[in-house]
Amino acid sequence: MTRIDENEVKKALDKPAAYGEDIDLNEYVEGDREVEQIENITDTPEDLKKRMINVGVEADDDGKEGTILFIDNAMSHCSNKAQEGLIIMNTQKALEMYPWARDYYWSAIDPTKDKYTAKTYQEDSDGYFIYVKAGYHIKTPVQTCMMLAKNRSVQNLHNIIIVDDNASLDMVTGCTTVHHANQALHVGVSEMFIGNNSSLSFTMVHSWSDQTAVRPRTNVLMGKNSNYVNNYVVLDPVGTIQSFPNAYLNGEGARCSFNTMCIAHENSNIDTGGCAVLNAPNTGAEIVSRNISYGGKMIARGKLVGNAPGAKAHLECKSIILKDGGVTHAIPELEASCSDVEMTHEAAVGKIAQEQIDYLMTRGLSQDEAVSMIVRGFLVGGIRGLPTNLQSEIDAAIEKANEGN
Amino acid sequence: MSLLEIEDLHVVAGDREILKGVSLKLEEGETCALFGPNGSGKSTLLATIMGYGMTTVTSGKIFFKGKNITHMSVDQRSKLGIGMMMQRPPNVVGVTLGNLVAATAKNGKGVVGVEKEFKMQDFMDRDVNVGFSGGEIKRSELLQLTAQAPDFVMLDEPESGVDLENIDLIGKKVHELIYGKEGTDNGGRKVSAFVITHTGQIMDYIGADKAYVLIHGRIAREGDPNAILEDIKTNGYGVEDE
Repeated sequence: MTRIDENEVKKALDKPAAYGEDIDLNEYVEGDREVEQIENITDTPEDLKKRMINVGVEADDDGKEGTILFIDNAMSHCSNKAQEGLIIMNTQKALEMYPWARDYYWSAIDPTKDKYTAKTYQEDSDGYFIYVKAGYHIKTPVQTCMMLAKNRSVQNLHNIIIVDDNASLDMVTGCTTVHHANQALHVGVSEMFIGNNSSLSFTMVHSWSDQTAVRPRTNVLMGKNSNYVNNYVVLDPVGTIQSFPNAYLNGEGARCSFNTMCIAHENSNIDTGGCAVLNAPNTGAEIVSRNISYGGKMIARGKLVGNAPGAKAHLECKSIILKDGGVTHAIPELEASCSDVEMTHEAAVGKIAQEQIDYLMTRGLSQDEAVSMIVRGFLVGGIRGLPTNLQSEIDAAIEKANEGN
Repeated sequence: MSLLEIEDLHVVAGDREILKGVSLKLEEGETCALFGPNGSGKSTLLATIMGYGMTTVTSGKIFFKGKNITHMSVDQRSKLGIGMMMQRPPNVVGVTLGNLVAATAKNGKGVVGVEKEFKMQDFMDRDVNVGFSGGEIKRSELLQLTAQAPDFVMLDEPESGVDLENIDLIGKKVHELIYGKEGTDNGGRKVSAFVITHTGQIMDYIGADKAYVLIHGRIAREGDPNAILEDIKTNGYGVEDE
């Protein structure tokens, strides 16, 4: 852990984030740090189970290497089937058990970044800690579920994922609310470290309530020839999300891709995207976002920074507006400090081409069926490697959105 | 009662009046060729019969199977038995040919699982029309129409952009779509067709009972398809392309 100036952190408690509307942290009470422990994940109460399945987390835990459930600010369940090569536990316990874990703690994110990181620092927030030992390839995904259960509370989490050299890990993480905790704030600081020749695939599905505020803070530090895939999916109504994860490609030959898929429903305010900083030679990045506005506000950001020769990256933001009343804003940014880089972007905002709708209707599909098929294709088409169990969630969300319009 | 009856149809597309009073009739089981110079309104006529958004009927009527379909939605027309093979169908990213064929069959009365006959078995998981060659697009369209099995099919230049290797397969499949498989009576169905053709090549496969010539958005001539085609080949349309 690098030296952190406590006074600076204190000052940062009032510091608004660079993007997104400002949230008054004083409007929220602390989330509970004592929650009911669920020994066996199959014993999870039915209403929670339903919410978990909604965000792609399986509550039967079969075939998963490990499952972690957080409710508000405390861990409620943790199972680790494949002990060999994999450590999963809560962050605070890991810091006690493994002195080396301290080297990672607050080393990828500066706590003075904004009020959300400062708050998380000050609270000594807990979260999940996942470590894959060098040389281990974890075959089936580790899944985590972060649940907001207390209304008007703030959930502060601090997660750490470390994939050591020559190792790999797939993670599926679902974040959701319990029905009565509609007005709550989720803050999740995630520090990720990917070693040389290692890979991490991180799929995050968010399903919140229509007044939830969400402020994740994620930084990823990447070694030589490492690979990072970030899938972020938001299909259900939400109050406000502002998320802008950063990947630092510090090792030669590292590759990363950010895939974002969002539906902005009426009254939802979503500001999301990703940033790849290509600091080492011959690194590559791809940022793809596919968004639909059903009357909500959608800001799709993407930023590529090329700082080393041979860096190659592409950024693609596409949005479809299906209902007037919202705002869709694509903000692609390319920044280079080196001549030998190749970075491109394309952005498009608009409606579905009438010609496509006519074409499918010619084959007997109704207008609604045609639009759904095109929207689904638009969301899924550009994004590779999405978990298959998400497909039915996507269909359900599109159907729900169409019904409401 | 004719299968298709169009009365004094005026159509605006892209702020211009393209069809300026078209009247025509097509009987059940009849195949009709539609000739005309580029820009005369042939594709607009087909798009209007199908009900596409780019066309606006300002006056006149279209009857199909005795029903006034002038302002009916595209899918209702499709379900009534109208089919269309577009000349340049749009790319639809994320919608596979297989999914589209399955959805078509659900709403139609045709067959699925015949993609091999169309040499399309390797395309079923591909996004429809994306990166397809001219011949692949035609075969894909015909596969979709085979799943729909319309009673009246409109073919917009089925031979355009098709190489010699493909033309035979496409010609035979168009024939099957209209007349059924060789040696069958097509389930007793009598399918009608409207074919836009510049070369007349497709007529070698399906023949034609009559022909219309469309010039400047009006029917300029009606009669025997072979005689008209010969005349056009010899003398041209007598007008410049519009």
